Amino acid sequence: MDIQKFFKKRILIVAGHYGSGKTEFAVSLAMQAAAEGISPLAVIDLDVVNPYFRSRECAAKLKAEGVEVQGSFFGHDVTAEIPELSANIRRPLEDESCRVIIDLGGNEAGARILKQFDKYFQGDDFNLAIVLNANRYETRTVPDAIEQIELIENELGIKADYLINNTHLLRETTADDIAKGRRLCSELAESRGYEILCDCYPQGIIDPSVLDKDFMPFGVGMYLRQSWLDK
Amino acid sequence: MSEKVLMKGNEAFAEAAVRGGSRFYFGYPITPQSEIPEYMARNLAKAGGTFVQAESEVAAINMAYGAAASGGSVFVSSSSPGIALMQEGMSFLCSAEVPVVLLNVSRCGPGVGGIQPGQADYFQVTRGGGNGDYRIPVFAPANLQEAVDILYEAPSLADRWQNPVMVLVDGMMGQMMEPIKLPEWKEVVAREDIRSYKPWAITGYGTDDSKRNVVKSLRMQPEDLEVHVEKLFAKYAEAEKELCRYEAENLEGADIVFVAFGTMARLIKEAMELLAEKGIKAGLIRPISLWPFPDEAFDLIDKTTTKAVVSCELSMGQMIEDVKKAVAGRFPVKLIHRTGGIVPNSLEMCEKALKILEG
Repeated sequence: MDIQKFFKKRILIVAGHYGSGKTEFAVSLAMQAAAEGISPLAVIDLDVVNPYFRSRECAAKLKAEGVEVQGSFFGHDVTAEIPELSANIRRPLEDESCRVIIDLGGNEAGARILKQFDKYFQGDDFNLAIVLNANRYETRTVPDAIEQIELIENELGIKADYLINNTHLLRETTADDIAKGRRLCSELAESRGYEILCDCYPQGIIDPSVLDKDFMPFGVGMYLRQSWLDK
Repeated sequence: MSEKVLMKGNEAFAEAAVRGGSRFYFGYPITPQSEIPEYMARNLAKAGGTFVQAESEVAAINMAYGAAASGGSVFVSSSSPGIALMQEGMSFLCSAEVPVVLLNVSRCGPGVGGIQPGQADYFQVTRGGGNGDYRIPVFAPANLQEAVDILYEAPSLADRWQNPVMVLVDGMMGQMMEPIKLPEWKEVVAREDIRSYKPWAITGYGTDDSKRNVVKSLRMQPEDLEVHVEKLFAKYAEAEKELCRYEAENLEGADIVFVAFGTMARLIKEAMELLAEKGIKAGLIRPISLWPFPDEAFDLIDKTTTKAVVSCELSMGQMIEDVKKAVAGRFPVKLIHRTGGIVPNSLEMCEKALKILEG
């Protein structure tokens, strides 16, 4: 997949319903983009609503690939529970040469924090992508998914550009799950004018060659999930 | 059963409690369980229920006391320090024989501690911090499906024993995602039928219309109080027989037997695989009920092969007291633990087990 398509604009904001897989997607995108030579590249972890499983936990891995990670003021402290952010977050936002992936927290509550950086989102320098998992209980249907997307769009005052089909059931994912997610995304894209950016598949679990040839497969790793969780 | 959906632990717990019949939720946000009150705020009213964000955990447990005493099916959740604040109310619920489903999504302590997962609430939930003689059945599921199934069953267990029932999971389970099958919606007792279903509830009058029901924990006469507590303990003795649950795996011919619940039991399973690669057979006793503790499972340990029984805990060692009691001197009892919110990896567990076997 052409990694450049994720960076048609300098900043990609990744938002979505709780547990839709934003962080695993954002980390996977950053790792692949770095591997393909996109530099300078930064991940901004703006998740201040989730106590565990945040992209700052992958900071060392990302930095090893040359990706700048910004987020928590307290040195990516995994137990920081307060919504504190580093002033350094503005650095990649202001560096016009730097590609940026912003990983927001879940739902409109998690998205809200972006409002304090509003001045960076007045122009045309960014895209908003919504990650969707059709196996998530509260985004299984078109009306449910629209409700969640609208809550985020209204909170941010930004209309989403992209949908990212990230429909999976972790290690139980089948190609049918991804196709189900694609159907949901297609209906949403048609009714509301979004562009589908990619169809994610869990790396090592699904062979992308089994997916429909019209799909745009993008491999997502399990960077945050420990292996014993699947015992 | 519906098809599988992907849910975050806390959402799944809330949905299971509602599908199991809980219609009143009183809570106060605390990490790592805040998604539960958020979920209830969004969804409980759609099921005809009532959500109240209380001003504190103390208020929440006493609102629960009131609603449950009136015959409502009540679910309350919190995390370790919040559960600590609720202990007095739990003693009152037990004394007054009022059923409530309680969920502790535990974090590490003591004090404010941290928001990372911990199992150091073992004493808190099995011994209780409230005053007086009382017992609360406690279940500790190890995966989201098991947690969903127990929380779905819990309202009827609480009603059956006319007592609070506690489910203990740690923050890791509250925050992790897993595919689950949600159970069908249970039929809820209509308000006008509560009187026949819960004849003790404060619905005006008892079943015979002759005198008003009173739900209370106060007993002025020592003789009355003694009779009441003896009655409670006769009930607990019956509950001990019926509610004991565990999983025993690979005990025959085991060199070493781990005892672990919840998240730790998941991790141990991977460590057992690593030990098997080294030619060491490891068994597992996984208590699902922490009270009653499954003493009987320890009679299944292979006396001819087992060199040590190891309590594995995300605490300084609390369950080990029950393990020692159940082992009753038959095997050496050791501890493998981490605390402070650190979840060890399976390799570390494996190395510690090898050290124990080396003596």
